[in-house]
Amino acid sequence: MAGKTLFDKIWDAHVVSQIDGGPSVLYIDKHLIHEVTSPQAFTGLEKRGLKVFRPQNTVATPDHNVPTVDQHLPIKDQLSAFQVNKLTENCEKYGVTLYGLNHPSQGIVHVIGPQLGITQPGMTMVCGDSHTSTHGAFGSVAFGIGTSEVEMVLATQCILQPKPKKMRISVEGELGRGVTAKDVVLYIISKVTASGGTGYFIEFAGSAIRSLSMEGRMTVCNMSIEMGARGGLIAPDETTFEYIKGREFAPNGADFDAAIEKWKQLYSDGDSEFDLEITYDAADIEPMITYGTNPGMGTKVSGAIPTNGEIQESNKKSFLKSLDYMHFNPGDKLIGKDIDFVFVGSCTNGRIEDLREVANFVKGKRKADNITAWIVPGSKAVEKQAHEEGITKILEEAGFKLRQPGCSACLAMNDDKIPEGKLAVSTSNRNFEGRQGPGARTMLASPLTAAAVAVAGKIVDPRDFI
Amino acid sequence: MAIEKFSKIQSTAVPLQIENVDTDQIIPARFLKATTREGFGDNLFRDWRYDKNGNPKPDFVLNDHLYKGKILVAGKNFGSGSSREHAAWAVHDYGFKVVVSSFFADIFKNNALNNGLLPVQISESFLQEMFQAIESDPKALFEVDLENQEIIISSSGSKENFEINPYKKECLLNGYDDIDYLLSMKDKIQAFEVSRV
Ligand code: SF4
Repeated sequence: MAGKTLFDKIWDAHVVSQIDGGPSVLYIDKHLIHEVTSPQAFTGLEKRGLKVFRPQNTVATPDHNVPTVDQHLPIKDQLSAFQVNKLTENCEKYGVTLYGLNHPSQGIVHVIGPQLGITQPGMTMVCGDSHTSTHGAFGSVAFGIGTSEVEMVLATQCILQPKPKKMRISVEGELGRGVTAKDVVLYIISKVTASGGTGYFIEFAGSAIRSLSMEGRMTVCNMSIEMGARGGLIAPDETTFEYIKGREFAPNGADFDAAIEKWKQLYSDGDSEFDLEITYDAADIEPMITYGTNPGMGTKVSGAIPTNGEIQESNKKSFLKSLDYMHFNPGDKLIGKDIDFVFVGSCTNGRIEDLREVANFVKGKRKADNITAWIVPGSKAVEKQAHEEGITKILEEAGFKLRQPGCSACLAMNDDKIPEGKLAVSTSNRNFEGRQGPGARTMLASPLTAAAVAVAGKIVDPRDFI
Repeated sequence: MAIEKFSKIQSTAVPLQIENVDTDQIIPARFLKATTREGFGDNLFRDWRYDKNGNPKPDFVLNDHLYKGKILVAGKNFGSGSSREHAAWAVHDYGFKVVVSSFFADIFKNNALNNGLLPVQISESFLQEMFQAIESDPKALFEVDLENQEIIISSSGSKENFEINPYKKECLLNGYDDIDYLLSMKDKIQAFEVSRV
């Protein structure tokens, strides 16, 4: 019998029962909830007269819809305030732990899970948010779900899921100077396309992936959904264990040692089989940026938008529609394009390492006059650490505006919007039409590239400055 | 809270000839502040449908009186992006019972099925045939038969089969929802928990 993949090992250990020809009843170890996709689930629960089945396995925080200035004041927007208060009420009523606004552990769900040590190898994790795939960086099966499924988990700690197919993407070799985890994942998506991963769960492997820090691995897994994949994961190793050690919800002492022994079994067996395997050479990856309106429309910063002739006939219409929205032309060079906004933040790149990288670059420099630069830490803890490390000061001196933690302009649900028509280089994960505000134009890139763009005022290759 | 039963419909269709329609287009984030499931249809495709002053954009298909119906026919890779179920609610709330495309994003597909909205995935060539049928006659009728897993262009009789998970098919035909099923499994779930410690 062929061996098991990492994904199979975790999935199979969580199947409570299997419906013939149908989905599995999958047990969920950790459930994260936030204010936007949970209220209707709690209402459903109430209508059925149910309790939360395992309240200790759910953790809540408001993030999508919170203001990023004056968080100590009551939320001004009535609807947002109502939604955030609803989360508080529901958590109190059903006994769910809440890290509310101003709590030192509050932050973007996918930033706080790992930070608190809630995310651990071998777990199944879900959240009513597609970027739940982030947690896969620890070797867990983590994926986004809809509100009906949130209700299922609240009611039974299980969901019904068809088992996805398995893909392994290996990146082998050494990453070049100025090439970061974000560039790796933007490169992969540009090859696989925005829908190429649909139906799959992806394991990221290879020496270049293993060389990444936990923050970098989270960035890669975070964006697996942008290929359409159900999720992404990476086998845990010493880097993973080191990161988890000592965190609030991590096992301690002898328990930790026992956990590590178990976690060490979490890898794809040598003779395990994948439905699809792809290998990339790390040396081919350069700093990346997107030019279109889905994350698959990316290329190297030093490159150009494809010409009409380079696009397949069947994709031409969408390609041109996309460029039309971006006010770009086929064949345009990217270097030198004037930029209006730089946004550093989100669950993709709002971690301490990202802020450090930006600070390192801008230290002693100033942002260009035409640029509005926002830095939004992914969590209260990141914000605190940035203060302690002096990062905040460096960024402020460079003319960056530091805001308080939340999703912010990643999805522009609160007041943090890129104004209509303005062009932003953003470290977030989606460049969809209007994602950062109606009419906003978004180019996705790494924190390092974003920092270089902020200083230059236009698109530049960060390697020319490091 | 069972879902609406679905067996067979015959209807005209609304053509949305755009690929990679993501959930931010279906329902932009700023309309996700509601805490109920209703009313999202008003803001379905908001920024394609209305200008910034809230006036309907005449060239968008939902504002064209020629096209009506319970079937939305969309270009490939429909529903990519966010897991917001609000996208499925919005499509359903607007009055669609079926979405047809040559490719769907996974989470959207699950969300649709959990709300009695049937995603019908067909070949790219049949999709083009449907677009052509609507183009030559906006009143062209289509039949979607869940029992037989068939979609038919009524005028020409041209048809294609579509796949659906047998469990989900049963749920839709009978109006069952997943939570009822899971609740019936509580003993097994508890036994599973015990077996793991
Ligand atoms: S930061 Fe952006 S992508 Fe991440 S959870 Fe928030 S809205 Fe979603």
